[in-house]
Amino acid sequence: MELLVLVEHRRGEIREVTFEMLTKGREIAQKTNSRLNTIILGKNIRDKAEVLARYADRVLMIDDERFEFFNSDLYQQVLSNIIREVKPILTMIGHTSYGVDLAPSLAVSLNIPLITDCLDLDIQDGQLTAVRQMYGGKIYARLNVRKSESYIATIRQGVITASEGNLKGEIIELPPPDIVEPVKKKFIEYVLPKIGEVDITSADILVAIGRGIKDQANIPLAEELAKTLGGVLACSRPIVDKGWLPPDRQVGSSGKTVKPKLYLALGISGAFQHVIGMKNSQLIIAVNKDPNAPIFNVAHYGVVEDLFKIVPILTEKIKELKKKTS
Amino acid sequence: MEIIVCVKHVPETAEVELKIDKTGRDIEKSGLVFDINEWDDYAVEEAIRIKEKLGGNVTVITVGSEDADSTLRKCLAKGADKAIRITDKRINTSDPYIIAKILSKTIKEMPFDLILTGAQSSDDGYAFIGPALAELLDIPHVTLAKKIEFKDRSVIVNRELEGGLEEVVEVELPALITIQTGINEPRYVSIMGIRKAMKKEIKTVSIDDLGLSETEVGIEGSWIHVSEVYIPSIERRAEFIRGTPEEVASKIIEIIKSRGVI
Repeated sequence: MELLVLVEHRRGEIREVTFEMLTKGREIAQKTNSRLNTIILGKNIRDKAEVLARYADRVLMIDDERFEFFNSDLYQQVLSNIIREVKPILTMIGHTSYGVDLAPSLAVSLNIPLITDCLDLDIQDGQLTAVRQMYGGKIYARLNVRKSESYIATIRQGVITASEGNLKGEIIELPPPDIVEPVKKKFIEYVLPKIGEVDITSADILVAIGRGIKDQANIPLAEELAKTLGGVLACSRPIVDKGWLPPDRQVGSSGKTVKPKLYLALGISGAFQHVIGMKNSQLIIAVNKDPNAPIFNVAHYGVVEDLFKIVPILTEKIKELKKKTS
Repeated sequence: MEIIVCVKHVPETAEVELKIDKTGRDIEKSGLVFDINEWDDYAVEEAIRIKEKLGGNVTVITVGSEDADSTLRKCLAKGADKAIRITDKRINTSDPYIIAKILSKTIKEMPFDLILTGAQSSDDGYAFIGPALAELLDIPHVTLAKKIEFKDRSVIVNRELEGGLEEVVEVELPALITIQTGINEPRYVSIMGIRKAMKKEIKTVSIDDLGLSETEVGIEGSWIHVSEVYIPSIERRAEFIRGTPEEVASKIIEIIKSRGVI
């Protein structure tokens, strides 16, 4: 059998999710006695193909300037043909901004069952099963995929630990493909994140707020605690979405990765996308009303309580302490 | 500009302790408050803003039972012009692929320039329907939009990538765009507004109307099937600090002092 992993790369770098998928791919390949293929589309990518050859049995490469930037329209046309030719039992694509743009329409056009955002997956007797999260990570689900000769799965980034490659895969350069269908979408440019006035990645103490803060009017409460502690205010995604704090305060996969000495999470449930950005903090203390909130799986200490009952007293007590010691 | 927005009526679960139901395949939903999916709320707002600027109509569509009418009414109160609910008991066990098919059959018969959906739903979070629907309708799509601007017969979209990076893409109309949270500030509607919207008609459609057979929906037609749901076992469960708020605050200070943080 054949397995296929789509390489994700951007601005000259192969993205980590690629190696995570190749690690999982190798595991499944060994178990099912399959061949692990990986495909990379891009411009001037020979050096990348050589790196990838350590991780797969075969590296398929299309080096063509039309693939300088990701375009799901173009990728879909090329990948459809590759999947028809290679006939992989499983094609893995990252559940990333690129993957979510590509996988659903690719699967529909090929009429191949797709399962998205998998944390883990397995093939037994030609049957694909997967584990996913639901309800913001509070619930896990096991799923069966309808029996098929071919499956597509998108894989959540940052879940599988990528291992080093020790294979000596063959690099096969494929000829530039014909693009038959009109391409209705084009890449124009990247927009880099704005540099803010506060750098949360260099702060020793972060007081981070989430949905539990409820109202913009309550933010000064958390801000005062942060100031009293000599720290900086950070937040999870919903706070930035509401426009209550600027994007440079956001911790998580679409924001910043932080490792402070103290991360005090107030009213943050701990969705995976947030946790991935703060789980390596030295000391994590979380306050949340829900005892099953996933934040308590990464916190060292937890308080199951309304943050509004804790924060004012905590601020007062730290003020007293500082007065005494100064 | 004729705009269609696909919306979903979902339980609010962010700050609630969830339980597994009797089937073992979903959560216990009784007692939960339902509302429009957060991503879809931004999509509806974006559609109404485009209409206010360029003129046209906004039609909201959902697949669901009568309960979902409250979400449609909310959209009508915000400024949507028409609402359609596709409803059928046989749809209940359908996966997102079937939902996308049902939506495409409905939308095929309607005039449109632009379709908006949320980038994903807060319940099962597949992030599948938008681009799948675009493929079924044979139109281009752009996912995870953070900004939309119109230029002749095309749209310039800022897409959210990882780590705060965005990319700008141009797509020809008609197109489908999935909306990321934070693109705008969704308006609130008053009780009065929702009451007024009670008078507006919600058109209901069944799968027979769409010419879909029973084997094309439900488990039979689905790609994926949930066999079991569970509350995850805890890997590094926090040590819990208990007591009155006063005691808790003192203990927190003790801990951070002992770690030399303050």
